[in-house]
Amino acid sequence: MKWGVIVFPGSNCDRDCAHVLADVLDQDVNLIWHGDSSLGELDAVVLPGGFSYGDYLRTGAIAQLSPIMHAVQEFTRTGGLVLGICNGFQILLEAGLLPGAMLPNVGLSFICEDVRVKVENADTPFTRHYESGQVIRLPIAHAEGNYHTDPVTQAALQANAQIVFRYCRTDGTVTEQANPNGSLDNIAGIRNAAGNVLGLMPHPERCAEALLDNEDGQLLFRSMIDSVMSRQAEKPAAS
Amino acid sequence: MGQVSTHITPEVIQRHGLAEEEYGQILKHLGREPNMTELGIFSVMWSEHCSYKSSRVHLKRFPTEGERVVQGPGENAGAVDIGDGLSAVFKMESHNHPSFIEPFQGAATGVGGILRDIFTMGARPIALLDSLRFGELDLPKNRHLLKGVVSGISWYGNCIGVPTVGGEITFNDIYAKNPLVNVFCLGIVKTDELLLGRAGGVGNPVLYIGAKTGRDGIHGATMASDSFDDASEQKRPNVQVGDPFLEKLLLEACLEFLDQRLLVGIQDMGAAGLTSSSCEMASRAGTGIELELADVPRREPDMTPYELMLSESQERMLLVADAGKEEQVIAICRKWGIDAAVIGKVTDDGFVRIKEQGTVVAEIPAKALVDESPKYERPAKPPEYQDILQSLTIENLPDVQDAEDVLLRLLDSPTIASKAWVYRQYDHMVGIDTVVRPGSDAAVVRIKGTNKALAVTTDGNSRYCLLNPYVGGTLTVAEAARNLVCSGAQPIGVTDCLNFGNPERQDIMWQFVLAVEGIADACRTFGIPVVSGNVSLYNETNGLSIYPTPIIGMVGLIEPADRMLTQWFKKPGDRVILLGDTQEDLGGTEYLKVVHYREQGAPPWLNLETEKILHACMLRLAAEGLVQSAHDCSDGGLAVTLAESCFASQTARGKPLGATIRLDANDLRTDALLFGESPSRILLSASLEYVERVMAIAREHEVPAQEIGTVGEDRLTISVNEQPAIDMPIAALFEQWSQSLESKLSA
Repeated sequence: MKWGVIVFPGSNCDRDCAHVLADVLDQDVNLIWHGDSSLGELDAVVLPGGFSYGDYLRTGAIAQLSPIMHAVQEFTRTGGLVLGICNGFQILLEAGLLPGAMLPNVGLSFICEDVRVKVENADTPFTRHYESGQVIRLPIAHAEGNYHTDPVTQAALQANAQIVFRYCRTDGTVTEQANPNGSLDNIAGIRNAAGNVLGLMPHPERCAEALLDNEDGQLLFRSMIDSVMSRQAEKPAAS
Repeated sequence: MGQVSTHITPEVIQRHGLAEEEYGQILKHLGREPNMTELGIFSVMWSEHCSYKSSRVHLKRFPTEGERVVQGPGENAGAVDIGDGLSAVFKMESHNHPSFIEPFQGAATGVGGILRDIFTMGARPIALLDSLRFGELDLPKNRHLLKGVVSGISWYGNCIGVPTVGGEITFNDIYAKNPLVNVFCLGIVKTDELLLGRAGGVGNPVLYIGAKTGRDGIHGATMASDSFDDASEQKRPNVQVGDPFLEKLLLEACLEFLDQRLLVGIQDMGAAGLTSSSCEMASRAGTGIELELADVPRREPDMTPYELMLSESQERMLLVADAGKEEQVIAICRKWGIDAAVIGKVTDDGFVRIKEQGTVVAEIPAKALVDESPKYERPAKPPEYQDILQSLTIENLPDVQDAEDVLLRLLDSPTIASKAWVYRQYDHMVGIDTVVRPGSDAAVVRIKGTNKALAVTTDGNSRYCLLNPYVGGTLTVAEAARNLVCSGAQPIGVTDCLNFGNPERQDIMWQFVLAVEGIADACRTFGIPVVSGNVSLYNETNGLSIYPTPIIGMVGLIEPADRMLTQWFKKPGDRVILLGDTQEDLGGTEYLKVVHYREQGAPPWLNLETEKILHACMLRLAAEGLVQSAHDCSDGGLAVTLAESCFASQTARGKPLGATIRLDANDLRTDALLFGESPSRILLSASLEYVERVMAIAREHEVPAQEIGTVGEDRLTISVNEQPAIDMPIAALFEQWSQSLESKLSA
């Protein structure tokens, strides 16, 4: 299938995502410059991690104004799969494609380490290869991952099963102690109401190869591949 | 030095850090009096920082050649062939002086500078490491400096997206007013695309790209070539301010130029900015260079030629493009949103000629500024206190009574304690190459598209160098190499950062000369070339010098990548084996400092041949896949090494594991056995089925080896001559070790 990875000025994980998709999962990948106005023919889009525009003003605040974001909005409306990782998640929030906002980590410092994450909803195009309640290990690397939203939105996220990943302990219990950044309700990742946009702070592309001692993140990309493939299989072939 | 007087008086010359006889040489080179701009240019180019005038004659001792060497010292960085058409490009640099004055920006711009040195070679940077030195953490000022430096490194490295994968930190009050910040960077380049800092091709255009020039950092290089006193913090305006986002754009733009083969040469505008980049490029190529200052992008109006030439504004590069390709360079810069301008051309007359609106404001032969800069063989003699330092009658010190208490105290010492508080703030995984994360003997990064990985380490032991600079120099190189072989890597190249006091003092010069000799002898014996490096002198405040602190950065090759090793025990039932001999080596140890409050004695003598054989043996064991873990036995001795091997790695499969160890003291004191720091030792673990083979290979290499215990359970138990010495839960040891730094910082 065809993937697009958006390159904003200051994106750092664009090449990492492309490596995992192309070299590990044998996918067709385009790096798409933020100044372009069209995505071309794609099955899925990744907004990678990094420090778009140096995180100046607010994380993701300037990147969401890039020309390519109009195309991403349109792609979303037509049901295309959009994955935002770390800074990509922050951009999706700023662009209004996902609800809520990010605050600085409670400890006020950058945190880079592996955390345990519970898959709260395995019935999404991004998580179908996981099991609900499964505890996986993913790396985080951010200074602003403290997800926040208002009580009404929070209730809606809960009611619509939009909370996809929560920080947890090894045994799967969701506790304050297991929360690395102070995020509301231990939220590590959410999807939109329509279900085709996922944003998460942890980096699945950093743990998708045996040499890196952890392959837990690979299943997220495999889930997306199988979702697109099965959707294409359902559609009659274009004539 | 904001306002510049127009008359050159002895006072003006002195303020520029130039000696009287140096001014005499300037007159000879020019055949006339310099103007102020020219004097400024000479003063930075002839500063210790840029000219290496006190160290150059001694640095010649380093072995710099080898089969793999693609580029030795003298360029922006060194390069070593790693096969598959690729080279490893690396260098280390200091940013000590700015980091004391303004720790956050000082350290951040240190990272920015070393990154530019790597990507100007055409290499994509893939790993950063830092060697840091601070005063003890009981003083608030030292805690402030540590926090500032760490957050500066974190800010810059994380934002630009190059992982900080390792390094080392030690604490000693001698660094309270001279903290050290040494930054190492490794990059990868296709060997045939390696680019050099040369202004080749007469008539080729010279381009300026990156940040606009402002008045920041004027005379930074001169500041870094002077001692400090209590008023030094007033020099804050001399420290530059970094912009990692701009540098990220610069990095990607530069790699695009190289990809499209648009350039002839490229040079970072680091210390001494426009001056050093233009002079060095012309001097290396044997050409001249002519610049028109009116075309230099600038941040502030009314800047004088003096200020423009000496500004150290960050994130700027000087390029020489192939004639006719300048428009393509400018188009790429426009795409990335960075300034670019043609500001001059390459000439054939050997002069660096600076014009402003067509009028010549400076005209100096490039060779006079670079190759013919002054060099000194400064007098050296040992300090009078050297005998007292080395005298230590160990019999007068009581042997250890409570080994458990000593082990806890050593694990709590910030020099030995876990540095997780630090590296947790560094993105050490971006790039997804980090196979071994911070915390083991060396960090390991894989090379995508190959079956290879590189192990990288930076090491230094200034106490050994104080007590015996020559031996300290050899031990530093040996430890770095041992860290690499313990990771399964064959050492292939060295970079160094030599931090010393004031070279005009004979005792400091003596330390420098001997340490260089030790490093050179060790590198030569081990067959590892020195391909780049940096010297930082005048690390002295109010007349008090730092301990001699040469830091060695070393790169090793692992092939295949999955043969890499870590220091942590892997499986219950594995056997623990100690390679190498334990002697009564207590002089200069961390144990003596922490328990007996002494930094004294003779450091352990290193037999270079013994060490070399140990490396060969270790590499053979790694290549045959016979060992589960390997850990260099150094700071804190065997007991600390054992405890560290029991702690888990921070990856998915890491689990803490205890060990039961039986030691035979023979005639050794118990403290020497447990906490002594005899070199040339490695702690291994191996599956029972391979133990015999391991011992046979050790015998074959004539490396002493003893099986000393078994991995398992959740306690570290050490008996000496069948008497229990240590019997503690791993959890308790881990807590002491892992909490130490954070608890001291929150005090």
